[in-house]
Amino acid sequence: MNAEPPTPVSTPAIEVENLECGYAGNVVLQGVSLTIARGEVFFIIGGSGCGKSTLLRHLVGLNRPTQGSVKFFGQPFSAADPAARRAMLQTFGMLFQSGALWSSLTLRQNVSLPLEEYTALSEREIQELATLKLAQVGLGGFEDYFPAEISGGMKKRAGLARALALDPAIVFFDEPSAGLDPVTSRKLDELILEVRENFGTTIVIVSHELASIFSIADRVVMLDRSHRGIIAEGRPVDLAATSRDPRVTEFLRRTDRPPQ
Amino acid sequence: MTVVLAGTWQITAARPTWEAVRGAQNPTRVRLRIEGLEKWDSALLLFLFEAQEWCRGTGAYCDLDGLPEKIRRLLAQLAAAHESSVPFDRAANIVTAVGLATQDALNQAQAIVSFIGECTLSAWRLAQCPGKFRWRDCLAEMQQCGAMALPIVSLISFLVGVTFAYTGAIVLRLYGGDIYLADLIGLAMVRETGAMMTAVVLAGRTGAAFAATLGNMRANEEIDALEVVGIPVVQFLVLPRLIALGIMMPLLSLYANALGMVGGMAVALGLLSIPPAAYWIEMLSSVDLSDIATGVIKATAFGLIIGLSGCLRGLQAERSAAGVGRAATSAVVTALLLLVVADAIFAVAFNVLGW
Repeated sequence: MNAEPPTPVSTPAIEVENLECGYAGNVVLQGVSLTIARGEVFFIIGGSGCGKSTLLRHLVGLNRPTQGSVKFFGQPFSAADPAARRAMLQTFGMLFQSGALWSSLTLRQNVSLPLEEYTALSEREIQELATLKLAQVGLGGFEDYFPAEISGGMKKRAGLARALALDPAIVFFDEPSAGLDPVTSRKLDELILEVRENFGTTIVIVSHELASIFSIADRVVMLDRSHRGIIAEGRPVDLAATSRDPRVTEFLRRTDRPPQ
Repeated sequence: MTVVLAGTWQITAARPTWEAVRGAQNPTRVRLRIEGLEKWDSALLLFLFEAQEWCRGTGAYCDLDGLPEKIRRLLAQLAAAHESSVPFDRAANIVTAVGLATQDALNQAQAIVSFIGECTLSAWRLAQCPGKFRWRDCLAEMQQCGAMALPIVSLISFLVGVTFAYTGAIVLRLYGGDIYLADLIGLAMVRETGAMMTAVVLAGRTGAAFAATLGNMRANEEIDALEVVGIPVVQFLVLPRLIALGIMMPLLSLYANALGMVGGMAVALGLLSIPPAAYWIEMLSSVDLSDIATGVIKATAFGLIIGLSGCLRGLQAERSAAGVGRAATSAVVTALLLLVVADAIFAVAFNVLGW
């Protein structure tokens, strides 16, 4: 699988400046600054507990940063007023680690809900689009199943269909490969590239799945728990080959034994 | 007719419809092509599909060769989705629905009986080996369902006593039997209302909490983990809760009786000018230990019913947020239903026994 390099466009899709993230006075990340280009497949990587998911939650606005700012397509997001924030929420989708499907709704209803909320489409068109999105993630024929009736991998794919319902400009993925077998994981990677190819979508993925990182990432940032921030940034192949930081090489070259 | 598609097409914005573009024309050939398209998403696909469907309906030729391969592929996927986009109707016909409901009721009854049997066997095994009982959990539950429920039980019992007293006073005053208000309130609280009102409060408060806790544990696979490790779920999770309720319910019921009597006494003093001492002496003349015993027996049974309903529904919960919610609701409904049935059985049984 070859990732196509993104087309350079002047305004980046995401700009993060000097972000400080934490919970209840406990600082998890500080001084995080990064820029993600339009159409880029960008990975946030690092060991467990380094703050990957925390950074993602702050990027999508589930948590407010204690300092710093997040901009989408040049528009400030973290300090935006509710109306502007709602408008910006339409431009991105998110796939949660467990799929986070609404359990009382069928898969079709899960995908339809954002369309009902944000578009003026007829009910029939919404049904068609929801069916299309589910078919695109390989869930054709499962439209009327409830989340409790399908497997974990299917829940994830249904979550992706829901994230893609509004054809967002940016899609965030929290550990998309976690709990999936290698074949399903690879298919999900292909699906991610297909989404980018079809609509030029910017993809931000939190993961520590090396196979995915090396096959589809354009660029990665690596976070470190003790450093409370970014310790490396670049193309995964370059980082694995040239980084002198043992934390980076140990992570990206898992076959190497750490220095004794 | 040639339609050139250009500009920005976004699903969240308004888009032209095929009918508006076609106007009054009825072409026999429609050519769709792209030129200067800036940004597009599913909105463009929906428009193209509308055009394609119109052509198919009227027999016009639809020429898609001017569209990029990527868009043609997505359009084909949308056409396929159109075929299967009618939601499946899960509603069954009346005969099937009645049959399924009957089968469900029988299954539920079987599940309740089976669960009671399982709890009894576990209690028996535990009685032979009491060291294995989780007293710490039981004490924590006793605090939760007993001590923490005192404020709400106090308020409700006192107000029930007050309400009964006001209602009773209306009739008793007509016959000059004001003093018998003490007998009325005393017997009503001790034999019936104290236990029943406490049970209703605990069914909503504790039964629902049991179901939600166990349902959540089921959703998080904690119960599966217990089973895999070989720890009996009923012994570990259910018995401490059942015993806690079985101990605390009679105590709370006695407390509720006292508060109800105080409420009645307050009304008797304020409305009928009956001194508390006279009220108390009159009440003792009609309420004896057998009356109190009937209330305590009922309260113990009610506590076990609430605990069983809450735990059973929690263990039966589906592995989802909605499932946990349904389990909590079902626990309260089941408990209330069984409480009323049990109360009726007790009323008949005590009458036969002459208690």
